[in-house]
Parts: sequence; C-alpha cells; structure tokens
Amino acid sequence: MDPTSRAFLDNARAGLADPVLRRALGIAGVGFPARRAEAMARLPEFEALREQGKAIKDHTIAHLDFYLERYEANVIAAGGMVHWARDAGEARAAVLDICRSVGAKIVTKGKSMVAEEIALNDHLAANGITPVETDLGEYIIQLRHEPPSHIIAPAIHLMKEQVTETFRAAHTALDPARAIAEAPQLCAEARAVLRPQFLAADVGITGANFLIAETGSSIIVTNEGNGDLTQTLPKIHIVLASIEKIVPTLEDAATLLRLLARSATGQEFSSYTTMSTGPRRPGDLDGPEQYHVVLVDNGRSAMVGSEFREMLRCLRCAACLNHCPVYTAIGGHAYGWVYPGPMGAVLTPALIGVAEAGDLPNASSFCGRCESVCPVKIPLPKLMRNWRERQFAQRLVAPRYRDALRLWAWVAQRPELYHRMVEVKARLLGWLGKRRGRFRALPLAGGWTGLRDMPAPEGRSFHALWADRQRAAQRRQLR
Amino acid sequence: MAGPPRVALLVTCLVDLFRPSIGFAAVNLLEAAGCTVEVPRAQTCCGQPAYNSGDKTDAKAIARQVIAAFAGYDYVVAPSGSCAGMVKVHYPELFADDPAMRAQADELAARTWELVSFLVDVRGVDAVNAACRQVVTYHDSCSGLRELKVKEQPRRLLGTVEGLELKELPGAETCCGFGGTFAVKYPEISGKMASDKIADIAATGADCVLAGDLGCLLQIAGRLSRAGSQIQVRHVAEVLADMTGAVPPIGAPRP
Repeated sequence: MDPTSRAFLDNARAGLADPVLRRALGIAGVGFPARRAEAMARLPEFEALREQGKAIKDHTIAHLDFYLERYEANVIAAGGMVHWARDAGEARAAVLDICRSVGAKIVTKGKSMVAEEIALNDHLAANGITPVETDLGEYIIQLRHEPPSHIIAPAIHLMKEQVTETFRAAHTALDPARAIAEAPQLCAEARAVLRPQFLAADVGITGANFLIAETGSSIIVTNEGNGDLTQTLPKIHIVLASIEKIVPTLEDAATLLRLLARSATGQEFSSYTTMSTGPRRPGDLDGPEQYHVVLVDNGRSAMVGSEFREMLRCLRCAACLNHCPVYTAIGGHAYGWVYPGPMGAVLTPALIGVAEAGDLPNASSFCGRCESVCPVKIPLPKLMRNWRERQFAQRLVAPRYRDALRLWAWVAQRPELYHRMVEVKARLLGWLGKRRGRFRALPLAGGWTGLRDMPAPEGRSFHALWADRQRAAQRRQLR
Repeated sequence: MAGPPRVALLVTCLVDLFRPSIGFAAVNLLEAAGCTVEVPRAQTCCGQPAYNSGDKTDAKAIARQVIAAFAGYDYVVAPSGSCAGMVKVHYPELFADDPAMRAQADELAARTWELVSFLVDVRGVDAVNAACRQVVTYHDSCSGLRELKVKEQPRRLLGTVEGLELKELPGAETCCGFGGTFAVKYPEISGKMASDKIADIAATGADCVLAGDLGCLLQIAGRLSRAGSQIQVRHVAEVLADMTGAVPPIGAPRP
C-alpha cells in the first residue's frame, strides 16, 4: 500500500472524529490491557522471562548471518527451498514466480504483516491470481479494501454492525434475509464461505512468528486454525517472513512463545501453535508437495548496525499498541501505513524513510507505557527520540519550530537573562490573569488553548521571590 | 555526614514561571525533614524540551550547566518526576560517548531525587503535619511512576494528612496527554487524552485532583476549567506542606 503517513495530522483528526472507531477502541483499549494484566499476575517469573526473551533476541541479532545460513541449510535438508529477497519488489517477484510455476489461480493466506508490508495482495491480483485472506479480521478488511489498523487484530477499528454490512454486501449469493447480526453468526458465515476456498487453493501463504535455525522449521500462532488449513491443504506452502524472525533453537522459541501470547491477548498460549518443517515426506498423510520460504530483508539488515537495532527484537505482540494512549485515541489507520502505534512509530521510518513518516516518532507524549509492557524490553521512547535527533540533524524539523527551540535554548544558557525574562513574563501574565486565574486564549498559544485553558501564573517567578527572601533574611541578620 | 544535609532545589522551569508556591512547599517540606535548602541561581531548565525535540547539542549544553550548578550539594531535589527523571535517567544517556562528562552525570544522577520519593525513601519521613478536609484523587505522572518508581510514597504521606480522604483514580497510570512539546505540537490528540483523564477524575467524585508534576497539572487544570468543572487541581507538595488554605488552586482566581 502507498503510505499516507505524511498526512498523519489529517488522519489523526479523522480518527478522533470517528464515532465507530471511538467505540471500538474504547473496548480494545480496556480489554487487552486488563487481560494482559491478569496473565502477568498468574506468572510470577514474567519479569525474568522478559530478560530471557531480550537476551535471546539480542544474541540472535548479533549473529544474524550465522543463524540465517544455518536455518537455510536446515530448510533445504528438510526438502524445502529458501528465496532471499532484498526488498519488497524481490519478495513479490519470488512469491509470484512460485505461484506461476504451478499455474495458481487461488492463493489462501494466513495473517502476515510482511505480506501487507510488501503489498502482496495487490501484486497477485494484478497478475490474475486471487488472494483470499483466511484470518477473520484480515478477511473482513480485504472485503472492505482497507488496510489493517492493528498488527494482531486487523479489523479492531470496526464494530460487528460494520461486519454485518460488509458481509451482506460481499456475500450476495446468500439469502438476503439471513440473520447475521451476532458474532457467532458472522463467524459461521465466514467459515462457510472460506471452506471451499481452502479446498480450491493452489498455494497457501503464511507468515511466521518464529523461524527455527536448528531445525529449519517455522512456527505460526493463531486463534482460528486458519493457518493450519492454509499451510497443509494446498500443493504449495510459502512461508513469507522477515529475517529478524529467526531464533536459534526450539527451546528459544518456547521461551518467546510464553511471552508472546500473554503480552498479545492475555492468553497463556494461543489456541493453535503450529510448526512446519519442509514439505510432505513419504508416508505423511497430508502436507504440501512443495515448501518454500521467502526471507525478506526490506531494510532490516540496515537496522542491525544502527541505533535502531533494538527494534529487531520485536515479536509483533501489539502490547505497545494496546497500552498506548495515542494509538487508542486515533486508531491504527492514522499512522498511514502497515505498522501503527509505538512499534510502528519506530519501525515505519526505518522502512519507508523518516521524511515520509516524520510525524510518527513525534506524536508521542513519551509516557513510557509501551516500554514498560514490551515483552522484550524495547526502549521504544528512546528509539523514537533517536528519530527526532536524526530529523533535527537533517533539518527535517519545521524551521519555525527549530528556530524557536534554539532561541529558547540560547536564553536558557544565560541564567541572569533567563531569570529576568521569566520574571517579566510571570508579572505580566500574572497581572492579566489575576481575576479569572486562567486564559481562554493567548497570543502564540493557540495550540494549547484550542481545547484547554491556560492557568495563569501566580505573578512572580520563584527565583525572584527566593532572592527577595534571601535579602530579607540578610537584613534581619545585619540588624 | 556532619550537620543537616545540604539540599539544592531544582526548581523546574514550570514551577519558576507558573507556580512558585510549589517551590516554597518543597522548601518547607525539605526543611521540616531536617535539610538545609539552597537554590542555585545558575539553573534555568533541565533541558528536556531540547532533548525530546532531538536537539542533542542544546540538551547537552544545558545539562552541562545543570551539572555545574548543582555540584557539591549532598542532594538535588525537584518537585517533578519529569525533571528529576531527566537528570537521573537521561543525563547519563546524553553523555554516553563522553566518559569524563558521563562520570559527572552519573555522580549527579546518584544525588538527584523527586521530592516525595526523597522525603520518604531518603529522609524516612512517614507523616506530615497538614490538614485538608477534602476528597482527593491522585494522578501518577508518567516519568515519576515509570522512570523513578514513585507510586506508594505520595499515597503514604497523603494518608497522614488530617481530614483528607483519598479516592483512587481508575487509569491513574495512563498519561494525561501533556508530554511537554507534544501538547502543543499535537493539540487534538493531547486534548483527547486530557478529556479521557478528566472523565476518569470526575467519576471518582473527588473535590480535588493531585499530582507530582506541574506539566500534568496545567494540562488537567486547563482541560477541567475549559469543560466547566469545579474540581480543584493542586501539586501534591502543596497539600503535604499544609498550604491549601493560603494558596488558591491551579487556574483559580487570585485575591
């Protein structure tokens, strides 16, 4: 998809004004954190586990080349093939080539954020192949031609009324009088519509939560079982994954899985944790005939040696989104591309450029709640600040703002001048605001006073009052 | 240590301009806790606006000034978790590549405290001599809470204020939307966060909301008064220092 991150302010305003989004996020912003908190409370060693998870990912990223090659060797040993893709274009081409090699008409897909990142569906459709999303949320937004608004709950911006409307508009072959107002009815209908697609698909594409170097396996976790049908029924299974999904061992994956579901949905384990290793072997009852892995770099390897390296630990659990007061105020679409919330505010500029996504790392109050819930302790505010430093150094900050800041900083480094100016301001604003105690409007403060009053200063600066007090004390001593 | 500890007050730029009463409340509390308080005049601001705007050069220059201004005191105390957090957590990060400055930043960080945490955790204060006959609620400011672990300390001291009833605020750990320059760069988002916060505050039925950071208090007071609410807003130090009778709440008319 083409990013609209440049229009962040307009996107955010639209989100703030959308009543459906308000209701949907009101529910999500409370439900996810509450369930995570309950899961935490049931696992006393959670903090120790976070340290372990962080260490596993740090070690892997420090030896990424080694583990990737080991993984590749083990995929091949299991009968699979590995396709390396430097960027989105190479990844799309690799997938399309595999699909064409069997004359694929229908491709089923499990949920994959990398597929969103490389805009795979559009590419397949443009080449005459029908992609069918099988994760319920992804299926809903595919029907609506919308991008995901959340990395694990892609249709979280919708209420069930919108889903009912969408299904009525899309499933025209079904009885128009059928009852689909309730969630179980909607699920049943999606299941019925998707079942023949699972059976008809020539190729199944899944993402990966983890790639295991020691076995060449990939692991996906889902709550719907759609991933299993996607990867076992068609003739070809394609695993589409970015390179930082690699972990050294199954043991490491098990540790990270304990963190992942609890952080994401508050479950101890997702309903389905499915491992796949190579194609069907002789004697296997099911499984694909061909097993391909498309390993996508698309900007990750450049992050390894940068100040954004820690972002590569991300497990895509979405805890940072669920706990972010900015995300829950504006919704995921405001961020304008694939990855929203705090993790998106760090990752998006790395993938599409900070000039394109400059607002994202700035639109944070740095409350730090994201970092405090991250299962692998990514210092998200620090990484957002790193982007701000790059923007400032590269003069990507509005000149008006930059000049004002530098002028303020110049004065702040001259204490006597600073104190005189503050005292003048305190006296003036204190006098003007004495009667009401606050201002409804102030010159140059429109940003503040649009939605808030500005409390008036008390009328003197602290330093001036303190100097008075010191002088009075000295006079008393002299007497 | 011979004699009372010498404490330097990090006034903070917002307290300096908007509400010196908080500074004097801090001085009174520190003196009551047996400290000698001084106010280095070479201080202006901790530099956080520059640091969080990506202006590392100015942030470092201001940090050097603060490090010099506060050299030699036993402790440095700020009536703000945000500014204390800047010195304690972020100054060492700022000088990560400069071993000599890093050592000085670490040394200052080790002496620097948020006011209420200092009173309870360093000075062992377990009660204050104050009265306030109000139902109050308390908002945990983000930096104090998450960077400095200020959570129980203010509640413990508020529990000793005569006549005060504390009602816990649902979502007390959720940001109020101030965030320094964030509040003016993204006013609609910041305003929405403030609206959510004041709805939670109003739901407690409290007469007054307290917090430990003036930035958050300006945000909350500004949104409450714009919404026509009568709920009062104060820094927690004003209550602990028994100044509520003498000083009008934030954003209220002055005699």
